[in-house]
Amino acid sequence: MALQRNEHRPNVVGAAFAWLWLAVIILPIYYIFITSLRPREDYYAENPLSWPANPTLTAYQRVLENDFLRFFANSVVVTAASVAVTLAVSVMAAYVVVRSRDGFGRNLFRVALLGIAIPIQAAIIPVYYLIVQLGLYDTLAALILPSIAFSIPLTLLILTSFLREIPESLFESMRMDGATEWRILLRLVVPLARPALATVGVYQALQVWNGFLFPLVLTQSAETRVLPLSLWSFQGQFGVDVPAVLAAVVLSILPMLAAYILARRQLVSGLTAGFGK
Amino acid sequence: MAAPALILFGVFAIVPLFGVAALSFVHWDGLGAITWAGFDNWTDAASDPVSRNALWLTVKLTVLCVLFQAPVSLLLGVFLAGRQRYRALLATLFFLPLLFSSAAVAITFTALLDPNFGAGSALDLPLLAQNWLGDPQLALYVVVFVIGWCFIPFHTLIYQAGTRQIPRELYEASRMDGAGPVQQFFHITLPMLKYTIVTSTTLMTVGSLTYFDLIFVLTGGGPGNATRVLPLDMYLTGFRSYDMGRASVLALVLVIVGLAVSLGLNRITGASRMESQSEGS
Repeated sequence: MALQRNEHRPNVVGAAFAWLWLAVIILPIYYIFITSLRPREDYYAENPLSWPANPTLTAYQRVLENDFLRFFANSVVVTAASVAVTLAVSVMAAYVVVRSRDGFGRNLFRVALLGIAIPIQAAIIPVYYLIVQLGLYDTLAALILPSIAFSIPLTLLILTSFLREIPESLFESMRMDGATEWRILLRLVVPLARPALATVGVYQALQVWNGFLFPLVLTQSAETRVLPLSLWSFQGQFGVDVPAVLAAVVLSILPMLAAYILARRQLVSGLTAGFGK
Repeated sequence: MAAPALILFGVFAIVPLFGVAALSFVHWDGLGAITWAGFDNWTDAASDPVSRNALWLTVKLTVLCVLFQAPVSLLLGVFLAGRQRYRALLATLFFLPLLFSSAAVAITFTALLDPNFGAGSALDLPLLAQNWLGDPQLALYVVVFVIGWCFIPFHTLIYQAGTRQIPRELYEASRMDGAGPVQQFFHITLPMLKYTIVTSTTLMTVGSLTYFDLIFVLTGGGPGNATRVLPLDMYLTGFRSYDMGRASVLALVLVIVGLAVSLGLNRITGASRMESQSEGS
């Protein structure tokens, strides 16, 4: 195990274990995929882990006929709006933290550190109360606003540590030229912070896209249903039609899979920078 | 410029945190009038066998999750820290569970663990064809396994990053001294990963305390109350039994236990060092 750096001596224990774990990871994913291609009537007859004798896309058709595209669009709207607003307000706040000369910036940073420790589960009842009072219950805004709030602390922390790396002289020279704070933000900070914005943006998109508790508590009707909730309701609605339920799972994961393929580095570094949540 | 972030965060995160404390002293069914309750919710929750059982189950789940996830993630992370190309490929595949929503994972395992049509029947192994989610004795262990499936990739990443920071010279020096791989693991790798272990274990613990979505879709807290952990008990009390006051008590217990655990773990092991270590990894 200790020999990961000594290439000439293979790490047999680690390797055996890694391949075993690979099987544990891949088996369910393989199962989702082949079952989604299995005709409904064969589901009870064929071996569940065998390749379908008559692969078909009809399960996908049944899912798409059941408003799946609306749920998909809802998820896109909620995720895009949450991430866009989170990034915008967080980069502004991060700029204040980095530039402030008084205690305000430091206190803001401390609040963010504390905010990371607040679990959504603990705040959900008052959030529900608030959303009902604001008349937003069962709207997409009811999902977007709290999602932004709970994304801000981590986003702020990551952006702040990134902005601290910008040399002081760059700010100074822009100020000498008479640039306003807003101009510095838009012309200097945002372009320089682009890699950090991408990292944290992809990470927060994954969180919001897969979020379950806010939709469960704050929405009700099919008009406002997002994907994770739709999977759950498909499970109830389709019941024994397992291929359709798993086809919905495949469709829901596709955008994240695409993001992973295109922006793997951002996602991985976002996750390690974010440390869970 | 900080105002929009402060307002959004304040209204939807900080205010609710105080709100949950206030709501724990009222009677509220989620729709009607709110009336003062004093300490009723607290005494009720303390004497409710379901909630007490939920607290016990949460502790049990947390301990089992850490015991399962920590060694597996450590082993995989250390292995994946190697630079060989096939290890990079493995790392790419290991990451996949992190892309799934909890709902998707729960639905998949519900089908996969079906006693009649799941993997058990496919492999024709009676041992695997048990009623995994229907048996109160087994359900909690299944939950622990599925949570591990979801989160071990994440902790593996942390260990991989931590291991890569160990200076190579340490291994070379010990090899000169004739240390074997097992000795190196226990005398270099493990001690050098101390702060990574603390970080990862803290996250595992706090995460296990708040797992909700996965268990909710997988078992709904059942069979019976066999997997009704604290977050689930809170949701079901508040949004199914319409007792928001009592649910707020449970939410507060959740916050307090979570904060206590993470502060405690950091205190024991030296928090400031840990932060600087985790920033680098």
